[in-house]
Parts: sequence; C-alpha cells; structure tokens
Amino acid sequence: MSEHAAGSLKQTPLNATHRKLGARMVDFGGWDMPVQYSGIIEEHHAVRRAVGLFDVSHMGEIEIRGPQAFALVNFVTPNDVGKLKLGQAQYSALLYEHGGFVDDILVHKVADDHYFLCVNASNQEKDYAHIVEHNKFDAQVEFASEKYALLAIQGPRALETAQKLTAVPLAQIRYYHFADGEFAGVPARIARTGYTGEIGVETYLPAADAAAVWEKVMAAGEEFGIKPAGLGARNTLRLEAGMALYGHEITATISPLEAGLGRIVKFDKGDFAGRAALLAQQEKGIARILTGFEMTTRGIGRDGYEVFVHGQPAGWVTSGGPAPTLHKNIGMCYVPVENSQPGREIQIMIRNQPVEAVTRPIPFYKRAS
Amino acid sequence: MYPENYRYTKEHEWVLAEGDTGTVGITFHAQKELGDIVYVDLPKPGTAVEQGKTIGSVESVKAVSDIYSPVSGEVVESNEELATAPEKLNEDPHGVAWLIKIRLSAPGEINNLMTAADYQAYLGE
Repeated sequence: MSEHAAGSLKQTPLNATHRKLGARMVDFGGWDMPVQYSGIIEEHHAVRRAVGLFDVSHMGEIEIRGPQAFALVNFVTPNDVGKLKLGQAQYSALLYEHGGFVDDILVHKVADDHYFLCVNASNQEKDYAHIVEHNKFDAQVEFASEKYALLAIQGPRALETAQKLTAVPLAQIRYYHFADGEFAGVPARIARTGYTGEIGVETYLPAADAAAVWEKVMAAGEEFGIKPAGLGARNTLRLEAGMALYGHEITATISPLEAGLGRIVKFDKGDFAGRAALLAQQEKGIARILTGFEMTTRGIGRDGYEVFVHGQPAGWVTSGGPAPTLHKNIGMCYVPVENSQPGREIQIMIRNQPVEAVTRPIPFYKRAS
Repeated sequence: MYPENYRYTKEHEWVLAEGDTGTVGITFHAQKELGDIVYVDLPKPGTAVEQGKTIGSVESVKAVSDIYSPVSGEVVESNEELATAPEKLNEDPHGVAWLIKIRLSAPGEINNLMTAADYQAYLGE
C-alpha cells in the first residue's frame, strides 16, 4: 500500500473533479486515475442496477482520413472494415506480423474517407507509431487524444440519463453504432458502446468541456441514483462480462485465436498485418485458449497466478477477482485447449497452495434484455 | 479514531495486550486503503506466530495484502465471523472485526510498537 502524488503522471481534464469528489487516485499505466469514489462494490452495483458515470478520457483517439483511409485501416486491423456502415463501430485490433496484439481497439466509420479509432491509454503512442509505420497507403494519420475527453454512461438507466442532454434519439442508435450531435451543449460523438456488459453510451467530447458535461450528466442521473464509478468497478464489470483487457487477456505474445476472438479475424477480406501468422496458427491448431473459471472453494485466483491441471503447471490467470453481481470469485485464464471445456476441474496456485476451481464459459454475466 | 490502549505496526496492524493475551487486528487506515474487503485468511488456533512475520492475508476487490503479526506467541482464537462477513473489517476494524487472539510469549515486544500518537504521526495525520 502506498500513497502517491500526481506529479509526473498524465491527467485527464477531469482530474480536479475526481479529487473534489474524494476519489482514490492511482497510477494506471502512467495516468492519474480514480480507482474508486464511494467503493468498488457500491459503484459496481450502481452500474448493474441504475447508472454509473466513468471518466475514461485516458483512452486514446487516432483519426485516419483521406482517400486511402479505408485501405490503411483495413490493412492494420484484422476485422473487415469493408463491412462497416457509416455510423457503425467495430471491435478490432492492431496486430504484429507474428499475430500477437499491439492493442485491441474500436474502429468507428465517420465517413468513407474518415475512420476514428479508440485505443487503450497506455498503448496510444505505440499504436500511433505502428499505424504510421504501416502507412504505405499515404492516408492521413492524426494522433488526436488531446482533443477528446471520453465519458461512459452505463447501466439500465443510462439512456434515460443521457437522453435528457441531447436531441439525438439514443434509442434509435443500435448497439455498436454512433451518431454525432450536440450533447450537454457541446459537439459530441455519441456511441452505443461500453465495457461493462450493460447498455449505455460513450461520449467523445472536446476536452475543455469535460468538467461541465460531467456535472450535467451527474445532475441528469440524480433521479436514477447515478454514481461516479472508477476503474475498480470498471474492472469487476468487464470481468463479469468476459471482456478482454490489454496486458491481461491479450498481449503481444497472445493471438486473437488464442484469446477467443476469432470473430474479429476475417481471413477472406484480403491481406492484413498478422494474417499469414494467424492463418498458419489456425491450420496448425492453437495449443492454449482463454477460458473462464470459478473458484469452488475459498480463495481468489488473481492475475498472474499459475493454473495447474492434474497436478501439472498448465497455464496462468489473466484476470481474477470477486464478481459482485454473481457472488462468486471468478476469473479468466489460459489453459491447454484439451482442458478448456466448461466444467473441467483445475487448480489455481494461491500463495503456493493449490486451490480448486472449475472452468466456466465466458461471459459470466449477460444482462437480461 | 485510534484507541490509546492499542499499539500499532508500520504495516498497519494493531494489538491490544490484556494480561498474557494480545488481540490483533488491522487499522482503520489499512481497511480504508484496501477498500471493500472480500476475503480474510487467518491462522488456526495452535499456530505459533512471530513478531513481524506473515500470519495471513486480507483481500479487497482489487488486491491481496499480507498481515504481519505485531507480537509473538500462539494463536488461541481466530475470528470466525470474518469468514462469512469480511466486510465487517471495513465497518469496525478496531472492534468486532478483530482478527486473532494470541497468547503472548514475549509481552515486552509491545514496547517495539507505536503508540496511537506515534501511529497517527506516522500516517501524517
């Protein structure tokens, strides 16, 4: 346990807002970010039962424009950008030639010659360099992170909350689609995306307006019991929803096929960075795969703990912790493919003691629709 | 906030010595730093413990943290209630959510620990 000063860390435009709210701030990949306000479990439940507001302005934005924009985006990502319609978003990745992840990203098609990428905070400089390096197409690549703040409004009452602040009909924006319009009096990109397993929106705003918009969202959500939610709740929510986190489920040495993300790899779309390696991996067959697990006795399997099968080292935990909605201790781990079917008994090494767990399908939680 | 009759460690445990028994817990500061506590691992009665050595762990949603024994001796009781209600550690860390009781083998060790005033100064409060 250690305190830290915000000195050398990067800040979002909402840093003062978080400190005024009494948030516990932590160093998250070089960013001074709120891990919790009132408490992780309380914030988690607010998002599952009502609505929560997250500052995720640390996320990076990269904009790709010009007649060659499509060619570049389609080459540096494994998903089929040709399938994207205007106003649609797509979960995808940036991959190395060897098939491992540079990052996982969201691709938004703003126009035929304009794609808007949302990337992970701690990867954004690396991502930008990677895209520029592959830009043999002469598209315009802009590192745009400083321009934008990003607020995520998530939970069953999220759309009601957000709708009070915009004339854009949110219920008509389908999941993984977006619209540009005025939000809380400022120009915004409003996307029906999220990282919680709940419905909601993620709103990209001019950085200078973030603090004012935050206050308006909190006021709009007051009648529903809105709570500011930090990175702690964001993590428990995404873990229950079985969503990958860079540096945990996906890394430079993990491929999308191993991560259970074959759906974002479209071999038939033409060449893309990493295609040859992934095709070879698919033909040969993968050895390990991401699976869920649930602790069956006391104990919590956490990130990095070793996984044993039949008494032998067999893999590792990528993320693990308590699931507040499910009242279980859950996690995700890599295991040999032959041990990955749901219901297999595995052991997690917790402080040098093997503790019983059982493999489970991902996701653990699906909202009632 | 911090009872005057307790003694405190730099690792944020407390001990209350009464006769040859020491009651051990974690401090208000420790639970606040950890956040929502979801799991506590404690030594069983009969376990020999040594001042400054790990005796168990307390886990919050985010992290696992070792518990160090503030005194040496033998565990005579562990707080069973925390197995099913670990959140008590957030609610009343200096009271009902004590962790273990130890039969002290070296009562003089208490003098190595901080007083409430020392501990608050240590916390910078």
